[in-house]
Amino acid sequence: MKKISYSILTLLGLAMVFTSCNQQGKSASNGALSSNAAEKVYVAPGEHDEFYAFMSGGFSGQLAVYGLPSGRLFKVIPVFSQDAEKAYGYNEETKPMLNTSFGFVPWDDAHHPDISQTNGELDGRYVFINGNNTPRIAKIDLTTFETTEIIEIPNTAGNHSSSYVTDNTEYVVAGTRFSIPVPQRDMPINEYKGNFKGALSFISVDPEDGGMDIKFQVLMPGFDYDKAHPGRGKSHGWFFFTTYNTEEANSLLEVNASQNDKDFIAAVNWKKIEEYVNNGGGTIMPTNYAHNVYDEHTQSATSTMMKEVLMVNPSEVPGAIYFLPTPKSPHGCDVDPTGEYIVGSGKLSANVTVHSFTKMLDAIENKKFAGDAYGIPILNFEDVLAGSVEQPGLGPLHTEFDNKGNAYTSFFISSEIVKWKLGTWEVVDRQPSYYSIGHLMIPGGNSQKPFGKYVVGMNKITKDRYLPTGPEVTQSAQLYDISGDKMELLLDFPTVGEPHYAAGIPADLIKPNSKKIYNLSENKHKYATTSDADARVERNGKEVHIYMTTIRSHFNPDNIEGVKVGDKVYFHVTNLEQDYDVPHGISMIGANTSELLIMPGQTESFVWEPKRVGVWPFYCTDFCSALHQEMQGYIRVSPADSDIDLSWSLGE
Amino acid sequence: MKKSRIIMILGALLPLMLFVFPLWNITLEAPQYPTPLGMDIYINDFADANPHDIKNINLMNHYVGMKYIPDAIPEFKIFPAGVIITTILGLLIAFKANYKWYLYWFILMVVLSSAGLYDFYLWEHDYGYDLDPKAIMKFTNPDGSVMGFQPPLFGTKDILNFRAHSYPQLGAIFMGLGMALSFIAFFVGKKGK
Repeated sequence: MKKISYSILTLLGLAMVFTSCNQQGKSASNGALSSNAAEKVYVAPGEHDEFYAFMSGGFSGQLAVYGLPSGRLFKVIPVFSQDAEKAYGYNEETKPMLNTSFGFVPWDDAHHPDISQTNGELDGRYVFINGNNTPRIAKIDLTTFETTEIIEIPNTAGNHSSSYVTDNTEYVVAGTRFSIPVPQRDMPINEYKGNFKGALSFISVDPEDGGMDIKFQVLMPGFDYDKAHPGRGKSHGWFFFTTYNTEEANSLLEVNASQNDKDFIAAVNWKKIEEYVNNGGGTIMPTNYAHNVYDEHTQSATSTMMKEVLMVNPSEVPGAIYFLPTPKSPHGCDVDPTGEYIVGSGKLSANVTVHSFTKMLDAIENKKFAGDAYGIPILNFEDVLAGSVEQPGLGPLHTEFDNKGNAYTSFFISSEIVKWKLGTWEVVDRQPSYYSIGHLMIPGGNSQKPFGKYVVGMNKITKDRYLPTGPEVTQSAQLYDISGDKMELLLDFPTVGEPHYAAGIPADLIKPNSKKIYNLSENKHKYATTSDADARVERNGKEVHIYMTTIRSHFNPDNIEGVKVGDKVYFHVTNLEQDYDVPHGISMIGANTSELLIMPGQTESFVWEPKRVGVWPFYCTDFCSALHQEMQGYIRVSPADSDIDLSWSLGE
Repeated sequence: MKKSRIIMILGALLPLMLFVFPLWNITLEAPQYPTPLGMDIYINDFADANPHDIKNINLMNHYVGMKYIPDAIPEFKIFPAGVIITTILGLLIAFKANYKWYLYWFILMVVLSSAGLYDFYLWEHDYGYDLDPKAIMKFTNPDGSVMGFQPPLFGTKDILNFRAHSYPQLGAIFMGLGMALSFIAFFVGKKGK
């Protein structure tokens, strides 16, 4: 009996040892795994991220700057939407940036950021991004991280197959998603077919100062031009556009534009058209669009209305444009780093179709055409097909590339990223996304030189991934490690607006060029006050101009009298600081506008129209110094008919 | 030419490097200044270590009532003249006089540079103690006396939230080297006698 109970006890004891061992083993390995992912995204306090990620703000109209791998948000760059925080679109200097042929449009839908390139590699000078709704292309200068140019795109609606740059940033391309009557006219909608047109715009970029100019537009058949990608390396000189609605339906497109078994990828030989145009080709067409430029010296934007555009009809340049049949309403149009493969993701197709640039040239050479659409030759699907990734998932959208011959395609419906091999078309890995991924981004992943360490997935649906914030939850992105054979999900992070596309770049290509201050000695603002001695107030009829300076910790002047009800008072405030990260803000009680946030060496202006008699304060809004709370002043507002002279002072 | 003479010529010439390199440097470190603020002192100029540093030092220091660092001081005229005169003197001695004069030149240089350092100390003391009575912030020492903000003459010192470093720079080092050479020239000359 005793023996038995001893052995039972021993067994129990052993069992306990085993179980506890097991449990310990399990929790330890879990811990090791998760801490491994945590370590990979952990950027210690004071350390810098390895990559910048410029992520479109979607319907916020802005561009957000994140660090990778941490997913930390650094700045929201205002582009197409007013931003009261930074006075963008509110102050006198930047209001012209949002001017269009429709007047002041303070919002847009920002989609596809793309970084400027030299020799097919990221050069970190500019980011371009498209405004989808009121067609515009913006340029952000990466020394200041400010929007410095916006050009409106005429004859375009739904500026979606935009804003991708060629190998040497010769062109930024903007394609129309919606075909429209060109020029616009009053006509029945149901006469769409054959009458509506789609314009593809080639915007040249000055190699010296980055100035944009619409060099020419190509007037294409009335399809929807969805996405675009320039040729790279061997296919440099060509541009590829996916199309849908080749049915040319004008209503219930979800059914009527999904009937054709194949739509097209349009291959456009822009070098050939450029040559044609340089030799005097094309037709000057009257139009009206805004070209807005922010001058870094005057620190002010101007808006110029442009009155004509050079239009090229495909029939004028035979051999410049071809259609590559591509299954089922292709969305993403992506070219691999070598320039050989053109990936068209038929979003309603079960397969991902890949065309061969070499085979395309060969088919063109041998004139193997299957017919034409509005005079544009259609190549045979089989003649240009390099291969297809069979049944990789549902709802393929976009593809990016690493530097090891792999492609990564996002699948909206099956909510995953699928990694596959270029050339063999075999699927090698898949990872779920949470949820319903749209675009994905590998830094440099659409250039000739990808940095294949991470892929960022930008998701369309967030649901339960974060703490809930009512019916509207955060937008979201996910970071995966792709340095190994298998992808590994590392991090979820919230994003601003709906992130569409993003552009990533090694931080070292941008960081050394980032400006710290604006040099006061280079300030050419019309209303700059670069020394305290010049601080003053001037009256010009009902207009009052305050030439004000600010430096820790006062405004000069800070007592102003002689302003009257009915005046239009301009504050022109110059920040005399020349130290890194010492902006000053200013706000005036009752001003029908935003604050100003003025960087060191900069001048900004806002307008205040005093409506009530009294003594009204203004103050600094950016906690600038130990005496920030003392940074305040008063303006005396007298009745409209008073005869008090203008006077101003500081410290009297 | 005698070895000692050559050494003396070199010694007399080296202080001329003061026209190329700074004499002294004062650097201020604080957590908010990941790139420290710094001022290079030349014999004829105060210069920013990084752009706008002096302006930013002035901005900081006005809180405690310190005067702005002046654009020019009389020393900027006296020091260069002194360097040129002593160099000419040194060269004359090297070419014309015997080795004993090398030692006299050395002693002259020691006296003059000590006077220069004392002058620098007086300026620093005035800069650190002659404060605006309307200063925004007034600090007192534990014994109730008014706290001064004099940077160290040589070395490192904590002043409120700043750590101040004050050290000679290449110009001063070249001058010291020149003086040392004159001293060596003296001994070499004596030995050769």
